[in-house]
Amino acid sequence: MEHTTINIKLKVWKQANTQSKGYFESYDVPGISTEMSFLEMFDVLNERLIAEGKEPIAFDHDCREGICGMCSMYINGKPHGPWEGTTTCQLHMRAFKDGDIIVVEPWRAAAFPVIKDLMVDRGAFDRIIQAGGYISVNTGNAVDGNALPIEKEKADNAFAAAACIGCGACVAACKNSSAMLFVSAKVSHLALLPQGAPERKQRVMNMIAQMDKEGFGACTNTGACEAACPKEISITNIARLNAEYLSASLTTA
Amino acid sequence: MTWKQMFTSSVGKKLVMGFTGIFLVLFLIVHVGLNACIWAMDNGVMFNKAAHFMGANVVPRILEIGLFAGFFLHIIQGYMLEMQNRKARGTAYAVSYGNKGSKWYSRSMALLGTLLLLFLIFHIKHFWVPSRITGLEPMLIDGKEYHNLYGEMLVVFENPVIVAFYVISCISLAYHLAHGFQSAFRTIGINNPKYTTLLESVGYGFSIIVPLAFAMMPISMHLGWVN
Ligand code: HEM
Ligand code: SF4
Ligand code: FES
Repeated sequence: MEHTTINIKLKVWKQANTQSKGYFESYDVPGISTEMSFLEMFDVLNERLIAEGKEPIAFDHDCREGICGMCSMYINGKPHGPWEGTTTCQLHMRAFKDGDIIVVEPWRAAAFPVIKDLMVDRGAFDRIIQAGGYISVNTGNAVDGNALPIEKEKADNAFAAAACIGCGACVAACKNSSAMLFVSAKVSHLALLPQGAPERKQRVMNMIAQMDKEGFGACTNTGACEAACPKEISITNIARLNAEYLSASLTTA
Repeated sequence: MTWKQMFTSSVGKKLVMGFTGIFLVLFLIVHVGLNACIWAMDNGVMFNKAAHFMGANVVPRILEIGLFAGFFLHIIQGYMLEMQNRKARGTAYAVSYGNKGSKWYSRSMALLGTLLLLFLIFHIKHFWVPSRITGLEPMLIDGKEYHNLYGEMLVVFENPVIVAFYVISCISLAYHLAHGFQSAFRTIGINNPKYTTLLESVGYGFSIIVPLAFAMMPISMHLGWVN
């Protein structure tokens, strides 16, 4: 691929801490290679800011290979930027043109308070997982994988749901800041497998109760979450979650 | 889970929206079917008889109580959800995701619903109140007296402003249902793609045909296409 460099302008959300008021700061970022990832572009800018004695822009990242879900950036009105099924760390600068103005905001949700600049606290997701997103297994020898027959279709759907990396883009994209796509991925993943059966009813009820407690909105089935999800988690999981919830609530005391 | 926990959770509230929404859809089928009798070209004989049947029989009267309850629950839960959902964002985005990820009408259910509520108030005042409470001119059919609801329609729809209002309301209904129909079935848990894709198509068909038929009623009355 042809190697080119572009000059861009960034408008980035700056916020000192959770309590303080944030604002947009503009930065000229010249000479960016189109081979760079979006985060590498931020690295270049931050190196320069540090050299100039200014404060760098705080953002979350870890794996930089699309599997940890940390790199939460709302880029030009879309979580994780313009590419489909891509995390911010896997987004490359060839997605942009010379002279582009790129607006970068943090995830916006009351349940995800801004820690600093583009970093948000996604502890709410951890607490939802703690409320039921697990299975309890007695220790002992590992069971032979083939000893437990699982329908191919169910295994495939469970695997597709398990691909959720907990990034929170679904919340960021949803007009209701709803966490339903995330929760439905976690509930579906375990509800489809025999290992998830013992805690199946308790799981969906407790996870929904925690989700509501954290202050996420409800689901209107608009589909914005599915369109923004870097792991292309299907909105069908939300309908499955609803079915799980309905049957659990009708059949428990 | 207690009933209270069930119906106060976000998913529980949506279950109420979904079930009442489907119930209201069923009501629309009955309503549009009966009203289509105005096109029988018989000066409203068939229509008035049908309306009389609905008003004089015990089963439709009981269903009517259910209908009012359904509307009530749907409206209350709809606004409660809308309030909860608006609170969940906190700070607004500078650049909105907009139509890149979802259809505008799916994001405007409360606005479209509010237009429907406005319509509902006028609609009840125009026809339900005179027919059930304040009384209507009688019409003689085979020597028996019937409320002339058909005549009342002709009078109300002489006013072009009211006709326009009804047509606009039907457009709101079309968009409310274009999203609501398929959404309701997802909400109550239908997740087999075989059914969800079918319900999506049926939903679009329903939300075009039924509101169009309703919109044609005031237009026909106004333009005298009923005789
Ligand atoms: C009269 C005033 C009405 C109001 C205020 C209203 C309000 C709403 C709102 C706010 C929603 C979205 C809820 C959400 O997903 O967050 C909704 C959904 C819905 N409405 Fe209405 N609505 C009204 C009338 C109607 C009527 C007349 C019908 C049908 C005949 C209808 C059918 C539906 C359906 C099927 C849904 C989808 C439910 C779901 O997503 O599970 N609504 N309504
Ligand atoms: S469902 Fe998709 S968008 Fe939501 S947290 Fe999981 S991976 Fe991220
Ligand atoms: S940094 Fe891990 S997914 Fe982007």
